[in-house]
Order: sequence, then C-alpha cells, then structure tokens
Amino acid sequence: MTADKIIFLLCAVLILASALMVVTTRKLIHAALWLVAALFGVAILYAVLQASFLAVVQVVVYIGAIAILFIFAVMLTRREMLDKGVQTRSNWWLPALLGLLILAGLVFLILGQPAFGRTAAEMPAGVDTLRNLGTALVSPDAFVLPFEVASVLLLAALVGAVYIASGKKE
Amino acid sequence: MNFLNDPINFIAGWMHGLLTGWGLPDGLTTVIIYFIGITVLIIFAMTLDIFLVWVERKVVARFQDRLGPNRIGPFGLIQPFADIIKLIIKEDITPAGADKLLYNLGPVLAIASVIILWAILPLSSKIFGVDLNVAVLYLVAAGALGTLSIIVGGWASNNKYALLGAFRMVANMISYEIPMVVALLIPTILADTMSVQGITQAQSGMWFAILSPLALIIFLISAIAELGRSPFDLNEAESEIVAGFHIEYTGMKFGLFYAGELLHAFTFGGFIAVLFFGGYGGFFGLEKIGFFSWLNNPFVQAVVFLAKALFGYWVIMWIKYSMPRIRIDHMLAFNWKFLTPLALVVLVNTAILSKVLAGLPNWGYVLGMFFSNIVIGFITVEILRAYGRKQRKAEAKLSPQSTQKQEQAA
Amino acid sequence: MQNEWLYIGVFLVIGIIVPIVPLVFSRLVAPRKPNPIKQSTYECGLETVGDSWVQFKAQYYIFALVFLVFDVETVFLFPWALSLRQLPLFVVLEGVLFIAILVTGLVYAWRKGMLEWA
Repeated sequence: MTADKIIFLLCAVLILASALMVVTTRKLIHAALWLVAALFGVAILYAVLQASFLAVVQVVVYIGAIAILFIFAVMLTRREMLDKGVQTRSNWWLPALLGLLILAGLVFLILGQPAFGRTAAEMPAGVDTLRNLGTALVSPDAFVLPFEVASVLLLAALVGAVYIASGKKE
Repeated sequence: MNFLNDPINFIAGWMHGLLTGWGLPDGLTTVIIYFIGITVLIIFAMTLDIFLVWVERKVVARFQDRLGPNRIGPFGLIQPFADIIKLIIKEDITPAGADKLLYNLGPVLAIASVIILWAILPLSSKIFGVDLNVAVLYLVAAGALGTLSIIVGGWASNNKYALLGAFRMVANMISYEIPMVVALLIPTILADTMSVQGITQAQSGMWFAILSPLALIIFLISAIAELGRSPFDLNEAESEIVAGFHIEYTGMKFGLFYAGELLHAFTFGGFIAVLFFGGYGGFFGLEKIGFFSWLNNPFVQAVVFLAKALFGYWVIMWIKYSMPRIRIDHMLAFNWKFLTPLALVVLVNTAILSKVLAGLPNWGYVLGMFFSNIVIGFITVEILRAYGRKQRKAEAKLSPQSTQKQEQAA
Repeated sequence: MQNEWLYIGVFLVIGIIVPIVPLVFSRLVAPRKPNPIKQSTYECGLETVGDSWVQFKAQYYIFALVFLVFDVETVFLFPWALSLRQLPLFVVLEGVLFIAILVTGLVYAWRKGMLEWA
C-alpha cells in the first residue's frame, strides 16, 4: 500500500461520498456545496497525477465559476430551498437491482484490463508539460483548429445565453 | 551551504538527518519537516496580520488628520492584542434559524483561502514555500475559494440583508476576475513562465512596471475590487446595508473575517511587488557589482520583499481612504465596458510587441513597450473625453435653462 | 514522492486548522446566554417583515454567465501565452483571432443590453 494508493483511495471516497450527498440531501444549498467538495476531490486527483495546470484550472473554472452559477441559479429560481416530498418511490428495488447488475458488469470488465492495478510511471525529468501543452495548442500540425473552434463554441454559448435571457425580459 | 546563504535547506537537511537517524521512513520525515516549516510560516503570517491591524488604524487616522490608537503601549502597539482579547471574550450569538455548520464554515474558509496563498509567496530566492509552475493561476484559484466563503457566510446568516450583500459582493468579485486574469497574463508573456520565482528573476533587467504600466494599473484596480475594499466596498457599505454579509457574525468570527481581509490586502500587495516591481530582487543588475553582493543574501532579499509588499499595501490603503464608494451598476459597467476591453487590448499589444521587438537590444525593447502603453493610455483617455463631451452636450440640450431660452426665443 | 502539491496539501490542512483554534478558544472562554431577542434576525433595530427570501434580480445570473464564458477563454489563453517565445509570429495572430472572436461576443451582449443593471 504505497502512499499514492492511500491518497487515491481517500480521494475516491471523498468524491463518491460528496456525490452521494449531492443527490440525497434535502437542502438545495447543501447539495450545491457538496458538489463543490466533489469537484475539489477531482482537483486533488489531478494534483496527485502531477497535472498541475489541470488541477488549478479545475478549481478556477469549476469551483470558481460553475459552482457559483449553480448557487445563483438555485437561489434565483427556488422559493422553497427544502425538498419536502418522499425521497424514494415504492418500486425502488428494480432500479437498485439494475444498478447493481451494471456495476458488476463494469467491475468485471475493468478487472480484465491489463492496466488495472499498475502504478503510474514516473514522469521523465525535464519534461515541461505546460509548455508542451501550449505548443501543442497553437502549432498548425497539432491542435490549433480545435483551439479556434473552441472560441467559436464559446461565442455560440454566449450568444445563446444572451438570447434566452433577453427573451425572458419581454 | 551554510545557514546565512540558504537557511531553509540548511535547517531542512539538518532535521532530515536527525529524523532519519531516529529511524523514521523517508516520506514521513518529509511530511513532518513540511509540517513544522508550514506552521512557522503561518505563525509569521498571522503575526504580520496582527501588526497590520495596527498599521491600518494608524494610517487611516493620519489620513483623517487625527492620531489613532496611542494609549495602549508605546505608539499604541499593544492595541491589536487588546482587540483580539476583546473579540475572544465576546459572547458568540448565533442567529435563530442559521445553518450551524455553514455559519461556522464561512470565516474558516475565508481565512484558509488567504493563508494558502502564502505557500507560493517568494520571500526570497531561497525562502519560499514551493515553486509551483502554475503559481499565477493558483492565485486566481485561491480567489475562487474566497468567493465561495462569502456566499456561504451570507447565506448561512438567515438574514436577507446579509444575503443581498453577499450576492452583490460575489457579482463584483467574479466580474473583476476577468481583467485580473488578463492582467496576470501580461507578466506571464513578458517572463515566459507562470512561476513566481521565474517572474521575479526575469525582472532583474527591468521591472515589469516600466515595461507595462497599464498592466500594473489594471491589476491594481482589479485587485482592489477582489479584496472588496473601497472604492469597491459595497460589501461593507457601512451607510447602506450596515455590514453586508457579516452582519450576523460576532466576536472572533467577525475578527477572522476582518483579519482575513487585511491579510488578503497585504498578500495582494506582495503579489503586486512580485509581478510588477521585481519582488525580492530587481536591483537593475546592481547586485552583480562586487560591492553590492550582499544584496543576494536571502535575509536581505526577504526584507526587501516585505518592504515592497508594505508599499503595495500602503498604496491600496491610500486609495481606500481617499475615494468614495462606487455604485454597483457603475462598478459593473466600468468593468465590462471599459476595463475588460482595455485589458484585452493591452494583452494583444504586449503579445505582438514581444515578438516584433524581440530582436532589438534591451533599451529598444523597454522603450518600445513603455511607449506603446503610453500611446494606448492616451488613445483611451481621448476616447473617454470625446464620450464625455458628447454626453455633456446631450444633457445641456435637455436642461431647464436651455428649454427656457428656447421658449423665450420663440 | 517528490510532489510539490504535497506541500500545498499540508498547507491547506494547517490553513483550515489555524482559524479553528481561536474559535474553539473563544467558545471555551466566552459567556453563552442565548435568549430569543438576542438571536432574532438583525434588521436595523426593527422587527423583520416577511421571510428572509426576496426575489433576486435575474441580472446576477446573466453576469455570472458572461463571466463563465470569459473565464474559460482566459484559461485557454494561458498555454498560448507560454508558447509565444519559441514559435514564430503567426502564433500571436492565432491568439489574437481567438480573442477577437470572443470580443465580438462581448460586443453582442453589450448591444443587447445584457450588461445593464436595470
């Protein structure tokens, strides 16, 4: 049980427990904050894998923008911040059985993979991942077209959001 | 390596030897050394925070032409300790209906989001927490955690004024994050690295404040907005919504919010020093002359850094105590319609010039960058003046005196 | 495992413990005599009127949306900024094209009046 594995297991427990709390808690604000905890757990995973840029971007974009958007949306639309109804349906055993079957199938498939149980290879020294990412994003024989298309996608998202928001005002 | 030239590594090496001599495994030794080092650093930061309370009160007193605390201790130096004792023994009133866990989490998260910034603050070339290669984005990430703490604090108080204050504050903070991140891109381009040690060392030739004064101004304005200090302090707006999102916080919890804000301001002063004023170095090559080689000593560098950080903090206080508060719609319009386009223009200008001027000798590069900033600033001021002129003409036409004159003429 | 994030992890843990210490100390030392009047919600000395829920302006959400799009944009710009020195000039122009596309989005939102607080 190396330290890597212990940290990974703790992280996985944090993410799964937070995700479970997101869907089962009754207070909506608590659900949003448990989501923040789950996203933070993913950031910790990225940091353990030494993907520093992704770890900070996860915190900046997901926790700093998307979680705040969720919280604003919840506060603007819900008068009742508490889920008062019954939380389960009467035939809950059928979806639970299906879920367990799917889980068993997935575990069986993953255990058969050759990469399962191996630790990550050490990063070769002197590899500057951040600069490689930058060069890859802008060189013409790498990913410059997806880079520019991403900006068009963001523009489309912005225009769509503005259109929907202005439609409400009429 | 001896103690004077490389204090942290010397002590860490000594302790490592000691602890492994006692038979502890290597990884655990590292964690214990980290633990002790971090505790010392955080205690230093919190002591500095207490000192900053005194500095703040004395400076605001001088700006307002009075003396400030001068009864407790010489020059009132014991005043912050008296404040802390008072806050600890005050009764802690939790409002009815407040969400207990979130209510207590708010101030803790607010201070934690500031303390983790000290992990990357480069006190000297040899005294720093960790040299992260994404330090610039880490600064923004810590700000995101701070924003979250405000929403948590505001919502947990079960008070509509606290919630309103928290919402306005968060809308303010997230809006000003964009010009701040764009202004942070400019030292990244100029230094070709995101790590703060790299940025400090790239300024040994010329400070970035001279290469790009507009970036400094944009970062300063956005930093003040992120901190929630005047003129962007609609969070505390004492005359409007009493105390914003920390209305319902009493005693030590309020003390933690307040101390967190001051420490945050000082840390941002430190970052302005690192990003634009050369951090712990930046003596324009003076330290290479044999006589001044003591400037390379880590302790001297730490003192230089703290002095520059205090200067940055003083500028932030100066702006706070000289300017009135800005209304929220003006604040957001200023950000989205002026500051963000300006920041993007300066970024594009810096990027293009960094390639075009790359071949020139150092003085050509510096002058080219500096004058391009001056030109952009001049054009911006001219656009604003033309806009202002147009607005004044439109208002003059509608004013009562002009309509009276029209009636008299008719 | 020489991971620099280990340091930051320990920093975060201690950074959360450090503010808890004075809070715990205060709870031990300070008096606690709760009564309903002290615990009522503060509204400048008056009695509260209505729930502590008010209809919040949709404008907050619009600003958060515009902020989100620009946040993702600036995050894309960081790797671009780091690649400028090694690669030739057209790399700068690619980034300028990226920024220009998103500035048109900002101008569109501006003209549609989404950036007003009214």
